Amino acid sequence: MVAINDYAPAMPYQWCPGCGNFGIVGSLRQVLVALNLEPSQVLMVSGIGQAGKMPHYLHSHVLNELHGRAIPAAQAAKIVNHELQVIAVGGDGDGYGEGGNHFLGAMHRNVDMTYIVCNNQVYGLTKGQASPTSDEGFVSRTTPDGSWTPMRALAIAVASDCSFIARGFAGDLQQLTELIKQGILHKGFALIEVLQPCVSFNKINTFAWYKQRVYSLESEKGYDPSNRAAAFEKTLEWGEKIPTGILYKSERTTYENHVAAIKNLPLIRQTILNPVEFRPLVEEFM
Amino acid sequence: MAELNYLVGGEAGQGVQTIGFVLGKTMARHGLYVFADQDYESRVRGGHSFFRVRMSDSPVGAYSPDLDVLVSLDQRTIDLHQSELKNDGVVIYDPDKVTMPPGLKNAVGVAFEKTATETTGNKIMANSVATGAALAIGGYDTGILETVLGEEFSRMGASVVDSNLKAARAGYEYIKTQSSSAIKRPINGDGQKRMLIDGNGAIALGALVAGCKFVAGYPMTPTSSILEYIADKGRKYNVVMLQPEDEIAAINMVVGAAYAGVRAMTATSGGGFCLMVEGISLAGMTETPIVCVLGQRSGPAIGLPTRTEQGELFFSIFSGHGDFPKAVFSPPTIEDCFHATVSAFNLADRYQTPVIILTDHHIASSYQTINPFDLSKVEIDRGEFLTDGDAAKLVDYKRHRLTKSGVSPRAYPFSGGPLVVTDSDEHDEAGHMIEDTLLRTQMMDKRMKKMEGMTQQVLTPWYINNPGADLILVGWGSTFGAIYEAANILNKDGIRTSVLQLPQVWPFPADAVISAIGRNGTRSILVENNATAQLANLIRMETGISVNRSILKYDGRPFSADMIVKEAQKELK
Repeated sequence: MVAINDYAPAMPYQWCPGCGNFGIVGSLRQVLVALNLEPSQVLMVSGIGQAGKMPHYLHSHVLNELHGRAIPAAQAAKIVNHELQVIAVGGDGDGYGEGGNHFLGAMHRNVDMTYIVCNNQVYGLTKGQASPTSDEGFVSRTTPDGSWTPMRALAIAVASDCSFIARGFAGDLQQLTELIKQGILHKGFALIEVLQPCVSFNKINTFAWYKQRVYSLESEKGYDPSNRAAAFEKTLEWGEKIPTGILYKSERTTYENHVAAIKNLPLIRQTILNPVEFRPLVEEFM
Repeated sequence: MAELNYLVGGEAGQGVQTIGFVLGKTMARHGLYVFADQDYESRVRGGHSFFRVRMSDSPVGAYSPDLDVLVSLDQRTIDLHQSELKNDGVVIYDPDKVTMPPGLKNAVGVAFEKTATETTGNKIMANSVATGAALAIGGYDTGILETVLGEEFSRMGASVVDSNLKAARAGYEYIKTQSSSAIKRPINGDGQKRMLIDGNGAIALGALVAGCKFVAGYPMTPTSSILEYIADKGRKYNVVMLQPEDEIAAINMVVGAAYAGVRAMTATSGGGFCLMVEGISLAGMTETPIVCVLGQRSGPAIGLPTRTEQGELFFSIFSGHGDFPKAVFSPPTIEDCFHATVSAFNLADRYQTPVIILTDHHIASSYQTINPFDLSKVEIDRGEFLTDGDAAKLVDYKRHRLTKSGVSPRAYPFSGGPLVVTDSDEHDEAGHMIEDTLLRTQMMDKRMKKMEGMTQQVLTPWYINNPGADLILVGWGSTFGAIYEAANILNKDGIRTSVLQLPQVWPFPADAVISAIGRNGTRSILVENNATAQLANLIRMETGISVNRSILKYDGRPFSADMIVKEAQKELK
């Protein structure tokens, strides 16, 4: 049996005291143990940012990528080896800003992996600049006139037919743990956005700010996460009330089940042919 | 040496490529040596494009500007290329579409479209009428042509094949009966079976043979056909070819796939490579073996999208931020494109670092006859890549363990195996990020140590030494065919000429270059398809030697031997 200590941090934390990331990595740890996944069955891929350091605070295979580039590498690793549980993690700047095009591509492609976005609506590692999700009017050193038109990434996810879309809150770990678990169990690209207070640089969207606004869709009678139009409406809801829980879920063919070369066996398990077996291809040129 | 040069010209969409390729393939089947190159605009319809086919009883590796047969599908082809005809050169053209300029002798009108309509009911078969006629002018019958046409059109069904055969025979018969005086004496082939393959085909085949299992690439001229070939054959040979959202994704996917344990490659051109260079640096830092094909075209920016250039020598060698080891191959021939690809995968695995195959539009899209690859001689060397069994036995595995050679045993992530941790941040031996000075220095030294190993294994420059030479022609990559032919011409003219061609430009083979060009009395002339003589600058940087003269061409077109000969003669005046 896998125990919580198997996922003890591989190096000392570098996050600020009180950072929402502590709760998120704790939830993730609990899920991995609950699913009885050995560390060697898990590949954590991250980009750059405070959330990008998360893989180092677990014990697993780790590919800590460039800023914004976690998802391309994570998808490729999963395509090569479906036996791995591939989890990418990063922040709002990393995933929605620098990696925005990859975010779109991955949702369309639907590789079976989990993507956790720690959304604190601010750049932490570079010390306090606005992010794609900063609320309107958010003043920072690079946005002295204030931010405007924040990106509604989950609405984009619905438009992109992302096959699993959830939102959690770093202040509700019980719910978050369940959402991450559902995301990992989902067959396809699972997006879990986590509202995560930044105690150092976001003095507006604080723990209390989120706490007052979040409500779980599980408590909303009649909400059907398979209804795409309803999901679109919910993902646009932001302000006085912010919905959490599973916003959208659909069954779609995964990339791995679509592509002939890997339907039967992951690439890494396939035998490398002797070069002479390519003789028919040489003859095609003759 | 006997040779026959065809040029087929017309608008994009008229089937210039098909006629040219079918002619080339037919001649190759006759046992002739063939070199064919393509010239086309960045458009799908209209404009002017041509396909040159040079065939000979001796090996040829460049085009010749002196035409024996000009197949003219439109007026512009005549207007632009009539000056390239030899004295006894023949033009064949469709008199319903093209007006011959007065005074042009040996012009043979063949109503391509009308004949096609009469024999097959479909004017689209005009191409095969032209092909049959063109072949007849060369003195060949339609026997082998019919086999080649059958293969070329078989996927479109029996009736399409049948119509093309009828049309080709009609074109052939027309020349035989109406214009037999224009028929040339055929050059006899040696009956050997050879491949007719382009540089992209050789690279794509090389990648498959080398055991590449994952390719990610965003289409871009001139390397798209590498992606297309692997996507097609990958369905049978179980190779994934993924077209991602952009080149940044492509290179990072390749890093992810290689980290996960398979051989992985991408292919692009200069603009796409610009987007990839951060990923090249990542592969250097994470010690991930990847292969990247960089097919140069004319820059800067979008430049001339369908034209050739060698403007990215420095860009490839110095691609990526920071210091890290890398290798850059520059295959001088289409045949070497295959071998360079296999070598690139082996070198990448041995030194766990990025390897670039630097080609250009000319070599990527030109065809040449070569002896079939001897697959039994292909060696696959994965270096210190660990098998499951060996990896599972490891205690206290550290992905980036400090070693004498700089190469650390490489496990891949699998259930039950050691944890494989790597980071784009500077990291410790275990792969976790660090910032301390001593370890940083040790890790940098470890990575750069691999450059020493790669330097020892650098491919020897191709040196055709003519003792006591007056001249040495120096080049890299695709210019070899023209340079080699130019050297032969110069030698015949009494100018003793050697050739030095670099099949690998990084690590730089300094010792070999010094011993070849550092001699008193031999004037060194550099031949490059770029504006700034990048190899000349690299040679000075790495050896302190300045070449005597640079022959530069940056109009987007490849060199022919005679251009080099003329410039080289100036140097001796």
